[in-house]
Amino acid sequence: MSERDVRVGDTASRLGSGAGADGAYLQVRDLTVRFETEDGVVKAVTDMSFEVDRGKTLGIVGESGSGKSVTSLAILGLHNPKRTHTSGEILVGGRNIVGMDDEEIRRLRGRDMAMIFQDPLSSLHPFFKVGKQISEAYLIHHKSASGREAAKHAVDMLGRVGIPQPARRAEQYPHEFSGGMRQRAMIAMALVNDPDLLIADEPTTALDVTVQAQILDLLEDLQREFNSAIILITHDLGVVSQVADDVLVMYAGRAVERGTVEQVMRHPQHPYTWGLLASVPSLHGDAEADLVPIKGNPPSLINLPAGCSFHPRCRYADRNGRLSFEVVPELREADEVGHSAACHLSQADRTRLYEEDIASAGVAL
Amino acid sequence: MSETLASVIPAARKAPDREPLLKVEGLTKHFPVRSGLFGARAKVQAVDGIDFEVRPGETLGLVGESGCGKTTTGRMLVRLLEPTSGRIIFEGRDIAHLRRAQMRHLRQDMQIIFQDPYASLNPRHTVGRIVAMPLQVNHINPPGGVKKRVRELLELVGLNPEHYNRYPHEFSGGQRQRIGVARALALRPKLIVADEPVSALDVSIQAQVVNLLRDLQRELDLAFVFIAHDLAVVRHFCQRIAVMYLGKIVELGDRETIYERPAHPYTRALLSAVPDVTKLGASGRIRLEGDVPTPLNPPSGCRFRTRCWKAQEICATTEPPLDPKPNGSIAACHFPETGGLR
Amino acid sequence: MLRYLVKRVLQSVVTLIVISIVTFLLFFVAPASPARIMCGKNCDANTIASVEHRLGIDQPITTQYVNYMKGIFVGRTYGEGDFARRCPAPCLGYSFRSDEPVTDTLKRTVPVTISIVAGAAVVWLLIGISLGMVSALRRGTLFDKVAMGSALTFASMQVYFLGLIFLLIFVYSTKIMNFPRWVPPTENPAAWFKSMILPWITLGLLNSAIYARLSRAQMLETLSEDYVRTARAKGLPKRRVYLKHALRAALTPMVTIAGLDIGAALGGTVITETVFNLQGLGRTAVDSAVIWNMPVVMATVLLAAFFIVVMNVLVDMLYAVIDPRVRLS
Repeated sequence: MSERDVRVGDTASRLGSGAGADGAYLQVRDLTVRFETEDGVVKAVTDMSFEVDRGKTLGIVGESGSGKSVTSLAILGLHNPKRTHTSGEILVGGRNIVGMDDEEIRRLRGRDMAMIFQDPLSSLHPFFKVGKQISEAYLIHHKSASGREAAKHAVDMLGRVGIPQPARRAEQYPHEFSGGMRQRAMIAMALVNDPDLLIADEPTTALDVTVQAQILDLLEDLQREFNSAIILITHDLGVVSQVADDVLVMYAGRAVERGTVEQVMRHPQHPYTWGLLASVPSLHGDAEADLVPIKGNPPSLINLPAGCSFHPRCRYADRNGRLSFEVVPELREADEVGHSAACHLSQADRTRLYEEDIASAGVAL
Repeated sequence: MSETLASVIPAARKAPDREPLLKVEGLTKHFPVRSGLFGARAKVQAVDGIDFEVRPGETLGLVGESGCGKTTTGRMLVRLLEPTSGRIIFEGRDIAHLRRAQMRHLRQDMQIIFQDPYASLNPRHTVGRIVAMPLQVNHINPPGGVKKRVRELLELVGLNPEHYNRYPHEFSGGQRQRIGVARALALRPKLIVADEPVSALDVSIQAQVVNLLRDLQRELDLAFVFIAHDLAVVRHFCQRIAVMYLGKIVELGDRETIYERPAHPYTRALLSAVPDVTKLGASGRIRLEGDVPTPLNPPSGCRFRTRCWKAQEICATTEPPLDPKPNGSIAACHFPETGGLR
Repeated sequence: MLRYLVKRVLQSVVTLIVISIVTFLLFFVAPASPARIMCGKNCDANTIASVEHRLGIDQPITTQYVNYMKGIFVGRTYGEGDFARRCPAPCLGYSFRSDEPVTDTLKRTVPVTISIVAGAAVVWLLIGISLGMVSALRRGTLFDKVAMGSALTFASMQVYFLGLIFLLIFVYSTKIMNFPRWVPPTENPAAWFKSMILPWITLGLLNSAIYARLSRAQMLETLSEDYVRTARAKGLPKRRVYLKHALRAALTPMVTIAGLDIGAALGGTVITETVFNLQGLGRTAVDSAVIWNMPVVMATVLLAAFFIVVMNVLVDMLYAVIDPRVRLS
């Protein structure tokens, strides 16, 4: 992983609170996360590198077990250090989270970087009022603020995330909210300290489509307002197409493709990305055509296949002799600047195969 | 696939006239809820008078957001729930209020597949036993024995018949759903109610299961009631689609009509909210405000009016009838949309 | 909220009535006639009949039940003439054997049991829950292993064993303490406290072992909840995450268990009372049963049921206070 990391976002657009940061607000380099379990070492994340700048959204796409949630928890320093081995660098505004003192990370959490989770009902404490949970997040990072100030901030935030009658709603408990309102409250809680980095882990997966659309719109509006860097973790390629500026595709704990949303969705370079796109049913194109699933199942992270982890499921694995079976492909620049893929196929092969097998197979791209 | 099919299903049932296999009339389910000690009895109008038909070999999609009543409807069809009123006519016979003993024959013709493949499989039973269960319960001894049939069924759904003696936890999510499908097929049903069968699966696996269901449907001439919130999946599987909102069908039509030129504003909003890989960015989306109202106290007149951008006075006073619209679907709207989606 | 409480109280009143009817029926069909027992050896049918009449047990069971219930609220008089015994409200029957209203017997014995249980409960809740919580937070460490190991050891012991060992160590060998002797707390609080220490520790330690294991499991489950992760993601310090967010949720189910345990213990801690020679409710019930002192036995049975039902209502109220989802449903 020695190649220059591709810059996400625009350096000029950064505002200067980055504590001496050189480059994007969040820079992850060679991040590797391992868990010790009774069955063996789980290679949850291996050699991940990416960057996100303020005002930009990076979509991390992957199926369950691809390591996308593990990555986000590592950024927040939420893994149990006793059972987790983390290496590499995670620079948040220039400060390296990896190996940082617990108390120091804690002060960054919720203030400089915040997170919203998939299931807003289970992620909010059932016993505390929504307003209290938000003002608690404010108070912990504003020691001098009074309870009343914090409560006012909470109500303001609820109003800003589009909750009607915020003062009344702040006095209610999470179970009195609807699913969409709960996620709005979660967002309000995450943004109450105006963080520079927001990680949204499947924020709309538990929601209905019309509510999902509202929440995605809200995230975009708030991003414009707060100019935060957003990492959106999802399995849904449609969601990524809609809100992401840049996309990272993960498979078996590694980044297999990375580029702008235009590059990845329009000229995908990795056979796994092709597989994902071809297997997603669409609202357009030929409804009678069969979907093209990826054969087989994702590998166990304890027992990863040798060589390219994707090779047992890849239609083209045998095109380069034993290469795919023995050598892990590196993430290399592909067809354009800023677009890279981890695949042994030559650029010419990839372009040709994509045209022949994928683009023509009824996938409406 | 067709080799094994020949042995499992003797002859494709090709009804010449294609009379409706299933006909639902005024189907209603109200759940009583009591508020407080002496509180008045209220009722959740989960499903409120819906009508539709399913012809043999046809796939009907029931779509809508949570709380629209699609799951309740599915459960009533297979009589896991007792309808409050209405008729469910299956092969000419009203089964809405059959007693348990009379249900046995019906269960052979109508099966259900659930969303969570793991929760619906007994973890202590082998796969062979799970798939054989419907045969044994109904005292059916197929030619060649139960075991032979189960192996055929496993093969039919793309599982290795050698895995007969394995337990559900040894399989992946997609494979478990295949086990559920094999079990549903054991009695050679004519209709399968599939309740969100692929929504718990990863996308690459989801496609495998959708393709399997499509193959089975075509080859075995199965009719499906396919319940799902994912409109894109429904589009790939269903020939006709019923869109539900707050316990009512608001629009029903064939695939092309529903997806290309829907009449009901709700159908349009729903479709436009689906994030699609073919479209980058979020432009041109219909923004629906607010949440779905509570089915305890649905809005008067048209139930969608509180979120509808076209709502007029009449929408609050008069419930729009579900009748044919110029686009070719039947829809319940005073001000139906015309023209294509794009 | 109010409606919920009213509902729960009404429900428990109904439960109590049902229990009292069942208890009454059981004693009515008991093989030994109280009159026959009271009458002694040389006794003829006439005497028995007259005793039965005096006791009011010659009447139909429904009348007896109504009289009994009435007695609880307004008091009643047993027998007539010279034999008349006044039993003021709340009258739970009159024991001719000890020649006093059952209520008087209970007034002596119930405070003993309540003293034992209240103190022991404090011990077991404090020790058990704090041990469990700390073990959960330090899962896998030496502390955890030692704490859970000793919990298992204590849980497998019995009151009569542990109690006797304590007596041996603290009373007979080292003479640090005197043998417990009941002193009402109103009379001499210091002496009361001193006399109660051994029973408290014995019963408390035994129960705390179970509570430690339960609360450890509960805390571990709570720590894996999404909202605990949210609390950490907000940047709350560990202490606050544990004490405010996790502890409260982990304790909620413990309230139920503690309520039921305390309710059951109030019905009589027979063995503890016997080991430490304290005349509490449980021991009195056993003693009375042995000598067929039926009015006392019946009253203790009713009282035990009453305690459990009351604790149940208390638990529900506490639940409503702790968990807003209960309060607002």
